[in-house]
Order: sequence, then C-alpha cells, then structure tokens
Amino acid sequence: MMTLKVNGHDHQVDADPDTPLLYVLRDDIKLNAAKFGCGLGQCGACTVIVDGKAVLSCVTPLVLLEGKQVTTLEGLGTIGAPAPIQRAFMEEQAAQCGYCIAGMMMRAQALLQRNSKPTDEQIRAELEPHLCRCGTHMRILRAVHRAARLMDTADAASTGRSAP
Amino acid sequence: MNAPVILDRRRVLAGGGALIFSFSLTSAFAQDQAPGAAPAPKPPGSLATTPYLDSWIRIDADGGITVFTGKAELGQGLKTALQQIAAEELDVAFETLKLVTADTRLTANEGYTAGSNSMKDSGAAIQNAAAQVRELLVAEAARRLGQPAEGLRTENGAVISANGKRLTYGDLVAADMLHVQAQPKSKLKDSATFKVMGQSIPRVDIPAKVTGGAAYVQDMRLPGMVHARIVRPPSYGAQLTECDTAAIEKLPGVIKIVRDGNFLAVVAEKEFQSIKAMNALSAAAKWKETASLPKQDDLLKVLTSLRSQDFTIFEHSNPAVTGQKTIEATYTRPYQSHGSIGPSCAVAHFTDGAMTVWTHTQGVFPDRQGIAEMLRMPPASVRLIHVEGSGCYGHNGADDAAADAALIALALPGRPVRVQWMREQEHGWEPYGPAMVTKLKASLDGNGKIADWNFEVFSNTHSMRPGGAGSMLAAQHMAQPFAVPEPKPLPLPDGGGDRNAIPFYNFPNARVVHHFIPEMPLRISAMRALGAYHNVFSIESFMDELAALAGADPVEFRLKHLDDQRGRDVIEKAAQGFGWKAGQTPPLDRGYGFAFARYKNHAAYCAIASEVEVNRETGRPRLVRAVAAVDSGQVINPDGLINQIEGAIVQSMSWTLYESVTFDATRITSIDWQTYPILRFNAVPDSIEVHIINRPGQPFLGSGETGQGPAAASIANAIANVTGKRLRDLPLTRKRIKDAIDA
Repeated sequence: MMTLKVNGHDHQVDADPDTPLLYVLRDDIKLNAAKFGCGLGQCGACTVIVDGKAVLSCVTPLVLLEGKQVTTLEGLGTIGAPAPIQRAFMEEQAAQCGYCIAGMMMRAQALLQRNSKPTDEQIRAELEPHLCRCGTHMRILRAVHRAARLMDTADAASTGRSAP
Repeated sequence: MNAPVILDRRRVLAGGGALIFSFSLTSAFAQDQAPGAAPAPKPPGSLATTPYLDSWIRIDADGGITVFTGKAELGQGLKTALQQIAAEELDVAFETLKLVTADTRLTANEGYTAGSNSMKDSGAAIQNAAAQVRELLVAEAARRLGQPAEGLRTENGAVISANGKRLTYGDLVAADMLHVQAQPKSKLKDSATFKVMGQSIPRVDIPAKVTGGAAYVQDMRLPGMVHARIVRPPSYGAQLTECDTAAIEKLPGVIKIVRDGNFLAVVAEKEFQSIKAMNALSAAAKWKETASLPKQDDLLKVLTSLRSQDFTIFEHSNPAVTGQKTIEATYTRPYQSHGSIGPSCAVAHFTDGAMTVWTHTQGVFPDRQGIAEMLRMPPASVRLIHVEGSGCYGHNGADDAAADAALIALALPGRPVRVQWMREQEHGWEPYGPAMVTKLKASLDGNGKIADWNFEVFSNTHSMRPGGAGSMLAAQHMAQPFAVPEPKPLPLPDGGGDRNAIPFYNFPNARVVHHFIPEMPLRISAMRALGAYHNVFSIESFMDELAALAGADPVEFRLKHLDDQRGRDVIEKAAQGFGWKAGQTPPLDRGYGFAFARYKNHAAYCAIASEVEVNRETGRPRLVRAVAAVDSGQVINPDGLINQIEGAIVQSMSWTLYESVTFDATRITSIDWQTYPILRFNAVPDSIEVHIINRPGQPFLGSGETGQGPAAASIANAIANVTGKRLRDLPLTRKRIKDAIDA
C-alpha cells in the first residue's frame, strides 16, 4: 500500500511498485483523462504533470512517485469551471476524436506554468513528443496560444492588476 | 429487415405493448398515384430503408425530444451536425435535444458510418423526418384549434396560432402519432430562414474530452468488470503448437486463460495484472510460422503479377480527336496504417443468454451479424452499442476488438470484460489501406488539350468489413475457424480500388480499366477515401505532367478540361485564396502545387493549393501552407467542415510524405511509432486556410474524405515544382526526394 497524491488528494494505492502510473490513475483512482496510446512513451497520450513537469505516465512506475504531486487534466478544472487551458481548447474547438488531447493539454499546461509567453516555435518544440492522428495540429497550436493569453489575464485579475 | 428492429426499439422505449399501425396522413403528404404508374418515389436518405418517423424522432408527453441515428460519432462532429439539423427542422432549441447514436436495439440500421455518407444518409433522413414531424404537429394543432394549418407557425418546441395560442409539442403528441411512414417529399424550411443550420455551433462532445469526462469506450467501468488481453499470433497464419499455462494461471489477479485454437487471451482483475499475464503467456506460447508475405520493396511487380479480374469501367471515344504527343507514367502506393492513437478496445457482457458489446465499430449492425455468427447465437440475442473510440479513419481494429471481447465474455458469464489491444497489436493486425498501382497514358492534341486518356488501376478490394464472422480475427483464429469471405470489388459509382478512377474532366477519348486482385497478401480493408486517395494522387499528378508537356499553367490546364461549374468554382476559389498566378516564381527552395477532385465523382468538391519547401541538402520536404476550397452542398456547421478539411490535409500529408507498412517474408515489422513514423509537430505547416462555398438548399455532400486525394497530389505537385523531378511512388520520403535531386 502506498500513498499517492493526485490532484491534491491522497490516495491509498494497492498496486505493485512496477505498475506504470497510467494504470494506477485509470484503474485504481478511476480517472479518464490520461490515455493509453502506446505504453512505450512514443505518443504522449498518457501525459500528466508530476511536480510541475510533464511526464509520460505509461512508462513511469509507481515506485518513483512517493511523495510527489501528480496532476491530471481532471485536476485543472471542470466543465462548469474550466481552467484557462480547457477553456482555450473548447473555444478553439481544438479536437476531432480528442483521444490525444488530454496529453497535449498537460504538456502545454506545464510549459505555460514555467513560461507564460511561449513563442510559436517553443510550443511546437514542446509538443514534439505528442502525436495527433486526426490532424488537429493547427487548432492545438492556436489553443495553446489562447491559453497563454487567458492565463495571463487570469493572473492579472487575481493579483489586482488590470488585464493588458 | 427493418420491421424487427423497429419493434425491438419500440418495445424498449415504450416498455412493451402492441404495435399500432397508424396512417393518419395529413393532406400535406397525400399524393396521387395512378394505377400502373412507376413505383412511388422513396423518401430521402436512410428514410428510404427505415421509413417510420418514430425510428428517427420521439417526443415524450413532457416535451422531451430524442433524435435517433444509426450512424456513429467518430470524432468527425456527427452528433453536433445531426442535432443542428433536427433542431432546425423541428423548430426547437439545439440544446434541448437528446441524440441516440448507433445501437442495434434503439436505432435504425444505417450500415457503416463511412464513405462521407452520414449527412447524405442520416442527415437527410433526420431533416426530412423532422420536417414531417413538425407538419404532423401543426396539423394536430390545427385540428384542435379549429384553425387552418396555414395560419399556424412553430417556434421553440410549440405550435403558435395567429392569436397567440401556444400548444407545446408535448401537448400535441399522442401515443402513435409519429408511427407513420415518411412521405417522399417534405416541406423543408427555406434555407434563407435557417437559424441553427449553417452556424458554427460548438461540438457537443468536446467539453467532456477536454476535462477528463468519460468520453470513450476505453473509459467504461462497469460493476465487476475485468480486464482481458489477447496474445495474437506473431504472424499471419501462425499456428499455436504449445502453451503451458499452469504458471500463468497462478499469477496475481489472473481469473482465466481463454484458448480456442489459435485464439489466446488472459483475463485478470486489474488492468496491469492482465498485461503482465499477457507478457508471460506470450513468452509461453510457441507458434509455427509460415513465410507468406510478398517483397515489400517491389510492390509494383507483386501487384501487377497477381491474378486479376479486369473490368473496363469507363470508355468514351471521339475518333475525330487524335493525340500528337504521348506520355505515360506509373504510380504506386504502399500499404498504409490507419494508425489510431488509441489502440482498439471493447467491453462485452454475457448474461442471461444475451451478449451486449460496447464498441467503437463503424457498423453496429454488420458487426452484430458477424459476432452472432461467431458465437452461434441468434442476432436478436446480441446487442451492439456504439461508444466512441480513438479516431479510426476507416476499418481499423475496432470490429476485431469487439469480437475478441465477445468471445472472452462468453467464457465468463456475468462479468463484463474489457479488452484493450496493445500498440503492437493495432499496428500489426489492423487491416491496412491496400497497396495500389496505377498506370497512366495520355496524349495532347495540337492545341495542348488532352486528346486521349488511359488509366489502369491494380488493387485489392477496399472493404473486408464484417458482415460475416470470417472478417474478424477471433473467428479466424478459433479451433473451428470461419473462413475469410471472398473479397468483392465494391460497386460503382462509389467503387473501391476504382473509386475516383474515372476522370471527372472532359476528355474526348478515355478508357479506364480496374484490375481487381482477389488475393490479399496482407490483411486489408477500408481506409479513409479508399482507392480515391491513390487514384486522385495519380490523376492529379499526371495532369501536372501533361500541363508541363503543354507548357500550360496547372490551374488553367485543369479549367480547360472541366465544364462542371461547381468544380470550376472551387478551383478558382482555392487559386484565388492562395494567390495563384500563372507563371509565378516561388521563393528559393519552395514550390507551388495544385490539385482538385470531386470525391467519388458525385460527392463534395475540393481543391487545394500548397506551398512546399524542400531542403536540397537533406531532401526533407515541409508543407509551408495550404489553401483549400470545398463545396459540400448545404453547409451544416462551417467550423466542423473546416476542421474536417484541415485534418484531411494534415493527415494526408503524413500518409504522403512518411508512411508505409513494413514487413519481412513472415512478419509485419512496422509495429509502433518508431517503426511506423507519422507526422510530428516539427512538420506542421505554418498555416492552413479553408474556404467554404456554401450551397444553400442543395443536398448534403459529406466531407470526411474529400480532402485526402487532393492534398496528396497538391503536395506532390509542389515537390515536383521545386525540385524539377516527378516522384510517383508513395510515400514521397526525404530519401526519395534526395535521390531524385541527386539523380
């Protein structure tokens, strides 16, 4: 039994230490967003944030996560109260089948947390580990740019400064 | 075929009770039919085969409205589009509607969600059913109010009289009022008055997908559900010779090992336990393999030497016109993968003698037929419910996974079984888009116009979908296997290998031959656009070769051979949006390309202009920008249409520049994203622009596949433009471009 902190909550997890985080999130904690795509770290569909960094959950064993903070897409916001990155993807209609999108969003979120104004080149380079088969790339890029603007505005509002 | 389905559906919805046939047709629908006249015209779309209005629309006494479609959401935005159509013609608020998609117990049998046919089939059915339902409600209101129907209008789910009296649809609907057959013609709304159709309403499925809601069959968790994994043979035709399962049965969480001939699977309580057990089982299984695959690097010879059935599918001659300059060329396409990002998945539950399967198949009814046959159960005891999966782009592993789940669930009555394919299984076992060869020969007359045109296409069928059990891997691998059905060429005008093989241009002399190859060295089936991808790539590449021979601008050359006004309009729109000018010089190391097609020669029109950069040192190509114009008839959701075309261009670019299935004499060797590389973000264009030519009031033409062929040829033509070398073998890889530059 191990304690895993996911989206701010402690979960007692009864799984072998070599179990990849992906299966703990999906099977034990019953979360949906992190997706099985390849199990090989080649496609990015399983991406979550661990201590602020984008991590491929399909190749990250549980044993490495003791005491760390795991954030999944569910932890950012809800349909009723979406986070800026979620709002941006809705507003840009940046999905077709959407299977790859949760992973894309988590890596973009991690990028925006450390760099609030990334260039187009930086966003493209950051998303390089991620595959999208529907060809939604143009919208995904637009959505990340939009999320950066939304987060900027939200930060400004929360610190009492006026929005740019 | 339809009656039992409707009965079944009604029984479920109404909770039993007799079926009452009611033919209280309003005068609006009445039509004269003289004895001996031609058979009555059928109502449009899938109403022709499923004519009862309540197969499509149900109104509850509380005013709640449910719309039914036999088609499935594949990530193409189908749900949103159909809901818009229903809301428009019913005159109700978009968000008040419920929509039920493909389910063998609840919806019409609309075959497959494929071929860009959903709006033509289901969209037209729902539009006309909704219009006729509204007419029935207005007629009922007229009867109750004692006023003529002409003085009544509908608004927001109610019929309203001139003096403001309001009767809601819930008030008006009576038990079997909507259980009437559709009439051939409907009083459709004037497209000028549309409020919901033609609007870019946000997709209904996106909010859950971007917040971690349960959106896919992969996300299903039923009470008591267990996890299964398959151990597939290492190659086609491999025979399981031994498998000692004793140690594996003792692994933690393992519930059962299912073996039936060459079908091998393991079931465990938890998902990762099933994966560990699968790995152990895979190591324990010994297989006898046969080297049966052809030479991957010589598909041209392979395909043109296999026995074929030859059909002349088009012949047109005008002996007065003769050619002076003749050229010929051969184009090839390799096997290509659908490459869904999420490997196939299904959940099956066998209980009380009935099997329920949740699946991302494109055809719940045909798949049910196959699964029922495999399980030797009556189809009525098998229910298939569509739940979204990862995008499929045609016939991927979805149906096979559904069959896997059903076969395993049969061995575990009472427990829902979730089967998830692994990455290497999806890549190694999905039915690929077939390899193809086209041979073209044409001549120009003295005025630089095409005088004669010869086109031959060599191809397997492009659909091995179920139908029968033999289409599915599990049934092929059982101890008493089901034989793979005989492949058949798909009939024209849609066609399979010959889809879009007949030129849409006007040529005085033309001949098109389809060499249909029954033998299938690799497992193949339908992949987005079927043969149209390669045929349009070939035709539109060759058009540029001929334009060069004639010394003509590619856009002008196309227009010179095209009378169809809507075709001319998309060509002109794309050229204009791109800034295309005859004789233009692109920037250094860049080229411009253009291509056009009307999908299936009777569906949507699409023209694409592109700018491609080629690194002369490495040969690496990059699509810099693309400008498309599309005419899909009446537009339902402009942003949805743009999303489809953007996706088509990007996906087709990936197929065209990078992709081929690899194999040795025995095994498929492209089994993951390292061995089957596809487009990544470093190759994403700077911009894609899509211009829509809306055709208000015209039939829906669909859009899912129209961009695949034009995008490929447009890019190929741009590469030829920048390099001065014509590449005719797909994919147009960095190495092939480099070799051509160096040659």
